[in-house]
Amino acid sequence: MGEAALFWIMAPIAVLGALGLVFSRKAVHGALSLAATMISLALFYIAQEAPFLGVVQIVVYTGAIMMLFLFVIMLIGIDSSDSRVETIRGQRVAATLAVTGVVLLLAGVTIRATLPEEPAGLAQATPDGNVPAIADAIFGTYVWAFEVVAALLITAAVGAMTLTHRERIVAKATQRELSIKRFSEGAPGDAAGLPVPGVYARHNAVDTPALLPDGTPSEDSVNRVLVARGAARSTDEFRHHPTPADIEAAAEGDADEPAGEPGPDDDASGGERA
Amino acid sequence: MIAIAAETTGDEVAGFGNDPWWIIAIKCLAIFVICVVLTLFNIVFERKVVARMQHRLGPNRTGPFGSLQSLADGVKLMFKEDIVPKAADKIVYIAAPLVAVIPSFLILAVIPLGPEVSIFGQETRLQLTDMPVAVLFTLAIASVGVYGLMMAGWSSGSTYPLLGGLRSTAQVISYELVMGLSFVGVFLFAGTMSTSGIVAEQERLWYGIILLPSFVIYLISMVGETNRAPFDLPEAEGELVAGWGTEYSSIKYAMFFLAEYINMVNVSAIATTLFLGGWRAPWPISAINDGMFNTGWWPLLWFFGKVMLLIFVFVWLRGTLPRLRYDQFMHFCWKVLLPVSLVWIVAVAGMRLAFNEGVERNQILLYGGIAVAVLLIGSLLIPEKKTPAEPEPAEPPEFDAFAGGHPVPPMPGQEFVAVRIPAATTQTDDRTEESSRA
Repeated sequence: MGEAALFWIMAPIAVLGALGLVFSRKAVHGALSLAATMISLALFYIAQEAPFLGVVQIVVYTGAIMMLFLFVIMLIGIDSSDSRVETIRGQRVAATLAVTGVVLLLAGVTIRATLPEEPAGLAQATPDGNVPAIADAIFGTYVWAFEVVAALLITAAVGAMTLTHRERIVAKATQRELSIKRFSEGAPGDAAGLPVPGVYARHNAVDTPALLPDGTPSEDSVNRVLVARGAARSTDEFRHHPTPADIEAAAEGDADEPAGEPGPDDDASGGERA
Repeated sequence: MIAIAAETTGDEVAGFGNDPWWIIAIKCLAIFVICVVLTLFNIVFERKVVARMQHRLGPNRTGPFGSLQSLADGVKLMFKEDIVPKAADKIVYIAAPLVAVIPSFLILAVIPLGPEVSIFGQETRLQLTDMPVAVLFTLAIASVGVYGLMMAGWSSGSTYPLLGGLRSTAQVISYELVMGLSFVGVFLFAGTMSTSGIVAEQERLWYGIILLPSFVIYLISMVGETNRAPFDLPEAEGELVAGWGTEYSSIKYAMFFLAEYINMVNVSAIATTLFLGGWRAPWPISAINDGMFNTGWWPLLWFFGKVMLLIFVFVWLRGTLPRLRYDQFMHFCWKVLLPVSLVWIVAVAGMRLAFNEGVERNQILLYGGIAVAVLLIGSLLIPEKKTPAEPEPAEPPEFDAFAGGHPVPPMPGQEFVAVRIPAATTQTDDRTEESSRA
């Protein structure tokens, strides 16, 4: 009874997850759907008295492989959705044919299979429990296949590393060397790093430029990537534009203090007046 | 301890699966309450201990000695405005805290908190359930919980959370591997993967003593697994604002917080079970009155005492060590911890095989000692790495304060000779220009 209830709850989730993988536009949604399907399958295994298989399914597939997939997807692009353009000609036709073939093959196998009248039962199949039975299969019966697969995987890993390997001609600069270089080569003013973004009454995000002492916005204070994407606020928005009242006040200030040095901007004279 | 425990029961661990429903309900409720109450306590505990380490008092206003501070904070957090950013992926954004917090409640279900006791006349073990692969089950549940952090980072739709999510993914893949390897030694010696079986096997000697390298590796990787300082790179507040949690607020943020603190208890409980003898009393106490303190409800005290000791280690680390740089952190995992674990597992497997073949412990120690001695003597024969002789530093040249473009004071022994102010000329030029214009 409990097993049937579990099945009717988890089976739709597994199927929906599989459909979600196929039909979702965003790659991350697809990966998360697949993770849901994998967890449902693991629960089925556990319900079928194969706890080791179920737990390993979660640890290896959901916990490591799917995580790695997601890592790569997130690295590639945060919101890159699949484009529907066919990049290789005839790909769709070939894919349809291949899928039909596989479905026919599997259906043929399933229909033609003969099942025993009475299942042998777990007690007969694995007399010592799950773990020893699987260990016996992997390290006893199929040890040769297991070792070959291990060799194949190691070859693949070493091959990938060889293909992406790059020989360094000069040693990588350490943090200390970079710091010394920054002081000795660049302008001393830049040694402390770039200026932080602006903080105002209504804006304090990274897309907001800071104002320099003379009232002009500092281009360096906004990340170049944000500017290139067009995600930063325009620096012009924060430039100080003198209003007619400001100019009038500045003129008055000049009139009040004829002896004072005529400053290039009204701020200086304002300060003196205060 | 040495003989492999015969698993005659197949896929069920003896002593479980026969509880009436109301005992199961009581145990489930107890685990939930333990998780929540320990979280409330641990937050205050952590703040108090860190404060003492920094010569402060810590929270001392709410409740006696500030003990209700985290309760007040929690209530405050619930009533705050819940913000969902415009760029967020709504469904994933809301599901993320749930995915993080639900698995964290599950792990204590397979941890033995004590031996057989009687609840309302019903004999039962102080453990909700056990299975032949219980330790692997905890690993699986932990890896599902990490999806929460990763989903939070991705779905927030902004840069810092995404970076935090990426870091958390990479960190967990790496450190989970090491954590799994540190279990292998225990499995080999206990001959079982069920938690109650492992505790039973540690009756004479804790695995934390005989498998010390495994224990140390586990302690390091458990800090990495729970994203705690000095491995808290996914939420490094100096670099990523709050990492994957930057955009979260109100009860959703509280859930992440809850998950983090429950996970601390979880990994400490696993360490206690696997390496510190589980609920068994420490040595001098366990010998009193023929093991009286290992029966009844006493073991709860020892179990939670050990867990709190490990929590204190977490806090101690946070109060002591600065955060690692990201590349150093990854190097440490892949180039130090992983090879050490692999070598250690080979050694443990060799020892195990020798015991199974009937070799005496003295002989193993003798031959192992001889092998180590040969290696040590051999290492003496390796010629020392010759560092290229540095050229004798010539007579220090005349000290120029502006040589690097930035004025610096002379070092001890250097003579400050000439004064050169390169920027002065241009400034004077400006001024003369201005005054002439005036």
